[in-house]
Amino acid sequence: MAYVIEGRTGPWELVVGLEVHAQVISRSKLFSGASASYGGEPNTHVSLVDAGFPGMLPVINRECVAQAVRTGLGLKARINLQSRFDRKNYFYADLPTGYQISQFAHPIVGEGAVEIELADGSTRTIGITRLHLEQDAGKSMHDQDPARSFIDLNRAGVALMEIVSEPDIRSPEEAGAYLRKLRMILRYLGTCDGNMEEGSMRADVNVSVRKAGEPFRTRCEIKNVNSIRYVMQAIEVEALRQVEIWEDGGEVDQETRLFDPARGETRSLRSKEDAHDYRYFPDPDLLPLVIAESWVDELESALPELPDAKRERFQTEYGIPRYDAGVLVAEQATADFYESVARGRDPRLAANWVTGDLFAALNRTGRTIQDSPISAEALGGMLDLVTDGTINGKIAKEVFEDMLETGDSAAVIVERKGLRQVTDTGAIDAAVQAVLAANPDKVAEYRGGKDKLFGFFVGQVMKAMAGKGNPALVNEALKKVL
Amino acid sequence: MLTELTIASAQGGLKRRDFSAVELTQAHLAAIEALNGRLNAFITITAERALDAARRADAVLAGQDAPALTGIPLGIKDLFCTDGVRTTAASRMLEDFVPPYESTVTANLLRDGAVFVGKTNLDEFAMGSANITSAFGAVENPWKRTGEPDTVLVPGGSSGGSAAAVAAGLAMGATGTDTGGSIRQPAAYCGIAGIKPTYGRCSRWGTIAFASSLDQAGPMARTVEDCAILLQSMAGFDVRDSTSVDVPVPEYRAACGRSLKGMKVGIPAEYRVAGMPAEIEAAWEQGIAWLRDAGCEIVNVSLPHTKYGLATYYIVAPAECSSNLARYDGVRFGRRVPGESLDALYEATRREGFGPEVRRRILMGTYVLSAGYYDAYYLRAQKVRHLIRRDFEEAFRMVDVLLTPTAPSPAFAQGEKMDDPVQMYLNDVFTVPASMAGVPAMSVPAGLSGSGLPLGLQVIGRSFDEETVIAAGSAIERAASFAHRPALRAEVA
Repeated sequence: MAYVIEGRTGPWELVVGLEVHAQVISRSKLFSGASASYGGEPNTHVSLVDAGFPGMLPVINRECVAQAVRTGLGLKARINLQSRFDRKNYFYADLPTGYQISQFAHPIVGEGAVEIELADGSTRTIGITRLHLEQDAGKSMHDQDPARSFIDLNRAGVALMEIVSEPDIRSPEEAGAYLRKLRMILRYLGTCDGNMEEGSMRADVNVSVRKAGEPFRTRCEIKNVNSIRYVMQAIEVEALRQVEIWEDGGEVDQETRLFDPARGETRSLRSKEDAHDYRYFPDPDLLPLVIAESWVDELESALPELPDAKRERFQTEYGIPRYDAGVLVAEQATADFYESVARGRDPRLAANWVTGDLFAALNRTGRTIQDSPISAEALGGMLDLVTDGTINGKIAKEVFEDMLETGDSAAVIVERKGLRQVTDTGAIDAAVQAVLAANPDKVAEYRGGKDKLFGFFVGQVMKAMAGKGNPALVNEALKKVL
Repeated sequence: MLTELTIASAQGGLKRRDFSAVELTQAHLAAIEALNGRLNAFITITAERALDAARRADAVLAGQDAPALTGIPLGIKDLFCTDGVRTTAASRMLEDFVPPYESTVTANLLRDGAVFVGKTNLDEFAMGSANITSAFGAVENPWKRTGEPDTVLVPGGSSGGSAAAVAAGLAMGATGTDTGGSIRQPAAYCGIAGIKPTYGRCSRWGTIAFASSLDQAGPMARTVEDCAILLQSMAGFDVRDSTSVDVPVPEYRAACGRSLKGMKVGIPAEYRVAGMPAEIEAAWEQGIAWLRDAGCEIVNVSLPHTKYGLATYYIVAPAECSSNLARYDGVRFGRRVPGESLDALYEATRREGFGPEVRRRILMGTYVLSAGYYDAYYLRAQKVRHLIRRDFEEAFRMVDVLLTPTAPSPAFAQGEKMDDPVQMYLNDVFTVPASMAGVPAMSVPAGLSGSGLPLGLQVIGRSFDEETVIAAGSAIERAASFAHRPALRAEVA
């Protein structure tokens, strides 16, 4: 589905590339031993290295490098066995050393690809240009004192992965799908928690527009957008702004802009003319980063199953539809939950219960799969009762609701409420006789050729048996008598 | 006279209890008391701490197995961070900075029992070749030209305070740092020995950075053997410095008496620069003769990229310094000069905190790294640096060490050469190439100039082969039997 901006002069195409900053999950920072955990009182997770004290030197954290390699592998990207750290020099109060250590000329991860799926079921591949490691900066707080600013260096030096896409994105929807997919992959890998509210994942959005078949026109960068929804909105309003400028005969300036979600507009932050000269050069405190191919292989063999592969496997191994498989693998915890319900049981029945009743219940109660009130074992236990005929599907819904409320197991509920399915043909025949006796006119109509009334009789018999009749036996008995 | 002893002989005296560590320290503190007002070799004197350390040393010496440096009074260049002792880098910027940590090199010396008598003066942030850029005033060289008792000579730089203190007997040895010659050139000017070890041999952790890819700590002492003893303690792998190299540290002291028979000594043609004073040439020839007499084979070699060494150095070192010194911004530690805005605070702090030479180098470095100039200057300098390093590798395929003069002149007077920074930079012309290559190099006193000032010879060796450098340096020292002492010194003042 092509996304087209209809301007006065005709259709315009959107061109978007994303730079995602993903905070690495690690115990300590990229170049110091200080804790990398989120939160904490200001300036409690700060070493002398992070504060840029005289004589302090960076030492690379092996775990952060491993996380970058894992992520690169998850993005099907080339891993560069030799990479290098450069200094990006600029002055800012929350940048203690006066430079950020980043990979500029030689990143640890090269080209890769992410496959995205759109609402209409079509798929597209978005190219990854590179992934590099860099340090996060600290945080300035301007709202604590009327005259002074305060600085929190807890985040200074925490490892970030900057994941740069090719300008392959052609619509806000694709941008959203790309970010969701990227986040899913990072979470599966355990390399970033993808939590945009806490700032552990944020995006710089490069937007330009062009007429079909044209080369790229001038792009603007929208800095630090912190939700997928805002990214989509920012792209939309920025593209419209640019189309308007071009159509008015103007020229889009290359500049850095900010997105203001409250006003639904982007605003200029700085132009190309006053862009920083970062004076990049190789950090002389660090040797080139050389990693062994065997180590990369080791990390690769220990990678978890990623969402695309898991979805394929769910389709073939469990015979469930592609859509359901996609829903189940969206989060690793859901996929794990489903697999423990499905193991040794009817996988399609399991999929229906997980994506249907369970998801509805979680939505209703505002819970996640991790704190589901019904465990995978409990749900599996209930399915076992359905499969062995102890209860029928209808009763199962009642049992499920009771499980939600009481936390009891299905077996306990069935016993307590006497919900065991009736398979005694004598009882069924008696109920059938009673229903027929009570509805002689309907019996006549049915026998006169009104076949649709069969459902009515089934309903009446089930009602008379308080829902506990075995549906197959009830059908059979009715057919025989009618 | 306790202040005349070498470290090697003091070790024996302390062990035999000929004198106590407290007596040894007191003698040096008295010398500081008497002379520092004039020499200005120390920025900070830590008499109380030194005496405490000396008392502890005496207790240790009373038992068995005292570490090698127990009770030995040393001066520490004020570029090494010392826990609880003001560390200034000779800059207004860090005038009141007291680090809560100890540099690896000084921690190693303390581990081995050394007694620190104070922090020695230097050029501001180690930028200078005459010790005249210190915010705490210039250092005076204790040597005098014959018949000119009132002319104040420079001690060389940047480790000028360390060199003057050791030469005048205010400390038995001292630490220095060498980025482009900052140990070797002042050692030559002050008539002492000093070695810049291989880059990566001593940890840079806790040493205030000037140019990270060149900076290397090393010892300065009155004899080659004393340098070997100090380097033994200072050197070693440190996980906190990524450029530190994990190779075993040999017994340097054992190299001092080693025979030089069959050793090949290279004489690089390019070090015969135009206009070099005849007495420097003569000292070099004398050194060549001594090594030949010691059984060495003299080989003429070529280091063709030498002529680019200085120019390259003055691109690379300022580039790194412009970045390394960005952290002195008035925000977290050190001097702060308030301003209306953040930018105004930076500008005022850095204008007031840094002296003119530091500002000059920051500006040069900022320029050569700027967009549009990077390729023409910094990148090209890195390529030339690679060629310089390869020159040395090629030469060391044929010879074991190189012999050159340390500096193109003896110590000059304060005021001479000083109005022209380029003239000043030429003092480093012989020391810079080894720094660019990262190889070890040592200056050894070889004789006196016509005006009675010490002249040094430089021995340059293969990476991580300080032993051969020490062996050759030791041979020159024996042949020169350099027993001259400066006019200003402990117990004659």
